[in-house]
Amino acid sequence: MKPISVKAALPALKSVVTMAMAASLVVLSSAASAADISPAVVFDMGGKFDKSFNQGVYDGVERFKSETGVEYREFEVTNEAQREQALRRMAQRGANPVIGIGFAQGPALEKVAKEFPDTKFAIIDMVVDLPNVRSIVFKEHEGSFLVGVLAAMASESGKVGFVGGMDIPLIRRFACGYEQGAKYANADAEVVQNMTGTTPSAWNDPGRGSELTKSQFDRGVDVVYAAAGGTGVGVYQAAKDAGKLAIGVDSNQNYLHPGTMLTSMLKRVDVAAYNAFKDAMDDNWTSGIQVLGLSEEGVGWALDENNESLISEDMAAAVNAAREAIIAGDINVHDYTSDNTCNY
Amino acid sequence: MIDLQTVLATLDATLRVSTPLVLCAMAGLFSERSGIVDISLEGKMLSGAFAAGAVAAVTGSPVLALLVATLVCIGLGLVHGFACITHRGDQVVSGLAINVLASGLTVVLGIAWFSQGGQTPSLSSDARFMPLVLPFAEALQTVPIIGPVYHDLISGHNLLVYVAFVFVPLTWWIVYKTRFGLRLRAVGENPLAVDTAGISVSLMRYQSVMICGALCGVAGTYLAIAQNAAFVREMTAGQGYIALAALIFGKWRPVPAMLACLMFGFLDAVSIRLQGISIPGIGEVPVQAIQALPYVLTVVLLAGFIGKAIAPKSVGVPFTKNR
Repeated sequence: MKPISVKAALPALKSVVTMAMAASLVVLSSAASAADISPAVVFDMGGKFDKSFNQGVYDGVERFKSETGVEYREFEVTNEAQREQALRRMAQRGANPVIGIGFAQGPALEKVAKEFPDTKFAIIDMVVDLPNVRSIVFKEHEGSFLVGVLAAMASESGKVGFVGGMDIPLIRRFACGYEQGAKYANADAEVVQNMTGTTPSAWNDPGRGSELTKSQFDRGVDVVYAAAGGTGVGVYQAAKDAGKLAIGVDSNQNYLHPGTMLTSMLKRVDVAAYNAFKDAMDDNWTSGIQVLGLSEEGVGWALDENNESLISEDMAAAVNAAREAIIAGDINVHDYTSDNTCNY
Repeated sequence: MIDLQTVLATLDATLRVSTPLVLCAMAGLFSERSGIVDISLEGKMLSGAFAAGAVAAVTGSPVLALLVATLVCIGLGLVHGFACITHRGDQVVSGLAINVLASGLTVVLGIAWFSQGGQTPSLSSDARFMPLVLPFAEALQTVPIIGPVYHDLISGHNLLVYVAFVFVPLTWWIVYKTRFGLRLRAVGENPLAVDTAGISVSLMRYQSVMICGALCGVAGTYLAIAQNAAFVREMTAGQGYIALAALIFGKWRPVPAMLACLMFGFLDAVSIRLQGISIPGIGEVPVQAIQALPYVLTVVLLAGFIGKAIAPKSVGVPFTKNR
């Protein structure tokens, strides 16, 4: 008997809560006091310790916390149905701003952002066209172009590999930029591409990542670039076990296997997440689309003490020249998602 | 396109991918032949993987990790046994409970102990089972056919791969050639007859679930510290169920079950290798089609070639002594 009455009461309760929340938010935003923001982040399926994409965001929001002392709420999505629930729950509890991580949260975030027009939302890797949403997208093809140049120059066999996570246009954009970079450095370079899978579990399948990598090595590949979230861990391990080179993605992953990691394609999701929180706190929030490429330093390649012995002066010079040329517009890196083909 | 090198590399990958399946299928064989349905192969393997990953990360000893993983899985096997043998509970429900428990507990403990979102820390080479180079592998490499086969396919796997494939004839010998095996089969077919002969049905079944647990522990260890270098949540990814399917394919017999495991492994290896390669006359095949291939073939084989699989007669039936 109880469950039924509770169920019946829920929608009413929900709307009361929503109204109360909306009211309190209006009060909050009119006060616009800097210190009392209550930010929240919803990580996606790879988990915040994927050593890559989600972890980059985690680093960014942790930096925000240590610099400002403002606590944030977080949630790690472990199945697809949780995305919308998590975002809505954050908004209901008065979190503002709320950041959704990853393209897959797009539809859920769009729905929730409409329900809470006074809450600020941000989403990374996806465009949600609403007045209260900041959409942050990166020009991954530009960063991938640079690591493609490095891969082709480091490769002795002239064959370089790519292991993607889930087979989606976004990951194809990484692959396409990488291929262009490799061909730019060495016109005869051959690029072998694999995708881990077609479901979100492809972001967290190191076993399959390692098998795909081994099969690429068998085909003569000696440098492999992974854009596969947690699956990348298996890719790098396979490269280390086989004595080949690997390229990290999103976060600086050079530290994982010094001597194996040639470089990492940096995608500054940490800066994007940090800025979203910081702008909300300082009342500098802007909604709309932010596109971060090489010229905005939103993407780049990583050079630190873990990989400096692998990067020769020639390679560094070539990749920096390519970087300048892309920023200046002399090299036009084709964006796969603009026409869903990789013809450049 | 298809040369000896490609074939060998694919077969090599087949061995690596099918190792946990073979171990789990043998584990399930012991349990089911004694009359205990075991759908908890998956959960036990996952727990074993976590135990191995955690112990190897803390102590740096792969042997200790293997030992602890085996003990943990024997413990879970005993839980299953306690529910289904002592208390005559429903074996499928108990197995499912263990799967759910393992799926949640490994992540919770992982977060509590290592704070890496349910993963265990990455292991260095010393803490893992690394590939072994068999004697004469280098010397024989130049011999045509035999050399590459020996060097690329047979040599260069880690210890647990060899353990898995040694266990197949060993299982066959135990089940068909020893007194224990005779009783094991009898307990699964007609426990009353075994009981009449003065042999404890419960003891036989408890022994079987313990052997089953131990083998699952080895499979889990392989996943966490031999094939990969850390435990990752849900890393078994349904392989326990595939092993169970292989066991049914193989009609609860060791060698056919192994062949079924190898078939699944081979299809997986082929699906990995075919990706992104254009096949003459067809062109590049979409990823989705390649990945569906193992399942399509499974259905075709099940429908057309395998025939009727008859389970041990008393599998899933709790034994009540005085009736």
